Amino acid sequence: MYRYDEFDYQIVNERVAQFRGQVARRLSGELTEDEFKPLRLMNGVYLQLHAYMLRVAIPYGTLSSKQLRMLAHIGRKYDRGYGHFTTRQNLQYNWPALKDMPDLLHDLATVEMHAIQTSGNCIRNVTSDQYAGAAKDEIEDPRIVSEIIRQWSTFHPEFSFLPRKFKIAVSGTPDDRAAIRVHDIGIQIVRDGKGAIGYEIYVGGGLGRTPMIGKKIADFVPKEDLLAYLEAIMRVYNMYGRRDNIYKARIKILVHEIGAEEMKRQVDAEFAEIRKTGALHLPAEEVARIQAYFAPPAYETLPDESTELNKAVLADRDFANWVKSNVAAHKVPGYAIVNISLKPIGGTPGDCSSDQMDAVADIAEKYSFDELRVTHEQNLTLADVRKKDLPAVHAALKAAGLATANINLITDQIACPGLDYCALANARSIPLAQQISERFSDLDRQHDIGELKINTSGCINACGHHHVGHIGILGVDKKGVEYYQVTLGGAADEKTAIGDIVGPAFTEEQIVDAIETIVTTYLSLRQPGERFIDTYRRTGIDPFKESLYATH
Amino acid sequence: MQLIRNGEFVADDFATVGDEDALPDGAVIVSLERWQKERDALTARNTPLGVRLKSGQEPSAIAEDIDKLKVVALEFPVYRNGRAYSYARLLRERHGYKGEIRAVGNVLRDQFHFMVRCGFDALEVADNITPEIWAESVGAFSLSYQPATDGREPVLSLRQRLAARASAREAV
Repeated sequence: MYRYDEFDYQIVNERVAQFRGQVARRLSGELTEDEFKPLRLMNGVYLQLHAYMLRVAIPYGTLSSKQLRMLAHIGRKYDRGYGHFTTRQNLQYNWPALKDMPDLLHDLATVEMHAIQTSGNCIRNVTSDQYAGAAKDEIEDPRIVSEIIRQWSTFHPEFSFLPRKFKIAVSGTPDDRAAIRVHDIGIQIVRDGKGAIGYEIYVGGGLGRTPMIGKKIADFVPKEDLLAYLEAIMRVYNMYGRRDNIYKARIKILVHEIGAEEMKRQVDAEFAEIRKTGALHLPAEEVARIQAYFAPPAYETLPDESTELNKAVLADRDFANWVKSNVAAHKVPGYAIVNISLKPIGGTPGDCSSDQMDAVADIAEKYSFDELRVTHEQNLTLADVRKKDLPAVHAALKAAGLATANINLITDQIACPGLDYCALANARSIPLAQQISERFSDLDRQHDIGELKINTSGCINACGHHHVGHIGILGVDKKGVEYYQVTLGGAADEKTAIGDIVGPAFTEEQIVDAIETIVTTYLSLRQPGERFIDTYRRTGIDPFKESLYATH
Repeated sequence: MQLIRNGEFVADDFATVGDEDALPDGAVIVSLERWQKERDALTARNTPLGVRLKSGQEPSAIAEDIDKLKVVALEFPVYRNGRAYSYARLLRERHGYKGEIRAVGNVLRDQFHFMVRCGFDALEVADNITPEIWAESVGAFSLSYQPATDGREPVLSLRQRLAARASAREAV
C-alpha cells in the first residue's frame, strides 16, 4: 500500500499544528462555536446530538495492520473502546473530547493517517473497490489513481469552498463494487482498442433528497490527462453550481438543470484550456512511483484447490456457511478474498470494538500480507488469504466474535447512525436494523432468501443509501411520530437504479412485518436461480404492493 | 478594514465608490455595472481604475479591458462561497491579468493561504488581523500537492527533482 514520504508527512504534521491552534482558540473562548464551525468542518469534527464526533479518513478504504491497531488504541484512549465504520470507508469516533482532538490527530499522523477531507464542502476522501488488486476481472488497481486524486485534491486552494461536498469513486472492474454511478464523479477504469488504460467519467450521480444516477460525459480520458479533466469538472461546478439553496447545490442538480450534453461541452472547453498549460500533465514517473506501492504481494504458487479447505467445508457446517457467504474468488490460484461481517445479529452495523480491531489486525498480519480494506457496505475485507488458511482465519475471527456468515444476505444491512446519534435524523435507524436482523436471524433461512440488501436511512439525507437498497427504508417524521417509507428495486452496482416507493409509510410496529411480507412475496414469485432483485426486475412492484396493502 | 498588499499592511490608495456616488479625485474602484455604463468617462479621467466583481460576475466580462485596470476586486459574499477562487485563477492564468487582485467581503484568516495560492495579492481583512496572524495563516502549509497560480513548485515536481539528484549521485 501507499507509504508517506517526507513531503506527505510534512503536510499532515502542519495540519495537526494548525488545528491545534484552532482548538486552543476555541477552548480559550477566543472563538465562538459559530466561528469555530468552519474550522472544525475542515477537519472531520462534527457536533452531534450528545458530543463532538471525529471522522477519520481511510483513503480508498485501505489500512495496514499497524494503522488498524492505532485506530483500536485511539478508541480505547479517547473514546469508549470502539469505532464505527461508515459507508464512506471511513471510521467515526462518537465520543472524543474536543480538548483531546489535537493529540488524537497527532497519534493518527504517526501512522500516516488524518481527518482531512472527511467533512466540509471540499473534495472528500476518494472511495474505491474493496477487492482492489485481488479481483479477477480487474483492468488496473483503482488505488493507484485514487492515491493520485487524494494528493491532488488535498487542500486544493481553488476547491476548498465548493457549493457542497464532493465525492469521487473509482472502479477498476466492470463489476462495480464502488457504486460509482451514485457519486458526484464516478471513474471507471477502461482499456481502449489499442490496449491503453484510461478513464470513463460519470458526473452528477448522488443520493440524498434528489437521487440521481450519474451521466457519462467522457468515454476515454487518457491517463496523463486525468487531473486536468477532473480540474475542469471542478471549475465548472465551482463557478456554476448553485449556492442559493443547500438542497440544490450538489453537482447532480447542475447537471440535471443544464443537461449532460451542455455539461460535457463546458467541461471539454475548460479541459482544452487547462490541458494547454501542461501544468496538470501527469508524468509517467509519478504514476510508476505510486504504482510500485500497490505492486502485487509475494503470492505463492499454489494449486487452486485446497484439500484442507475442502475437508473443513465437509466437517464443519458453520465454516461451510461462512465460506459460502463471506469468501469470494481471487485472481490468483490458491487464494481467496475474505469478507468480515460487521453486522452481527442484533448489533449496530459497522461498529467494531478496539479488541476486535486488534484481532483483525493480527489476522491480517498473519494471513493477508499485513493489509485490509474497509467496504462501503460497512464491513472489512482481507484481500489475499491462502485457501488452506481459511479454517484458521475463520477460527480466529470466531474467537473475536467476527465470524457472522451473512455477507450480502438480508442481515448484512447498511444503516446510518440515525436518531440515536445524529442531529438531522427523523427516525431511529440502528434499532430498526437490529429488529430486522433478529427477525431473520435463522441462517438457513437467510441462505434460502439469498442476496438481498436492505439499506436504512434515518432521514431524507440518505446516509444509509436507502435509494439503492434492494429494499430501502427511509425514516420520516409525521407530526412527531416516526414512520418508515419503503422503496424496492434499488441497486448501486453496474446496473444502478433508484428504488420505487411501494406505497404509504409504515409505523414502527408495522415495518418489520412489512419487510417479512416483501420477503415472502419474493419467495413465492421467484424462479430458479433468481435473486430478490432479479425477481423484482421481472415482476415489477405490483405483486409487492398487492401483498402489502391489499389486506390493510 | 485594513488592506494587506503583497504581505504588507498598507493604506488603501483606492476609494471604492457606489453606483450613485460622485467620483472623488484619484484612484477608484467601481462596480461592473458602472464600469460598463461609464467606461469612456472613467477611462478619460486618467487615474488608476479598479472594478469590483460580485459572485456570479465572471472575469470574462472584463477580459477585453484588462490592460485598463489596476485592480480587480473579487467579492466573497460569505466565506463559504468559493467562486472567486476560480475567478482569480482565470484572471491570472487565462486572461493574463498582471494587476492587483483584491479579496473583499467575508475574508477570514483561515482562508488567506488558499487566496494567495489562487493569485490574490491583496486582501481586505478585519481590523483584528495582525502581521503575526497574517504570517501564521498564509504560511500554514509549506508544501502543496497541486499547481496553482502562485508558482509554488508542487510536491510532485519536488519528488522528481529529488529522484533526479539521487540518480545523479549514483552515477558519480
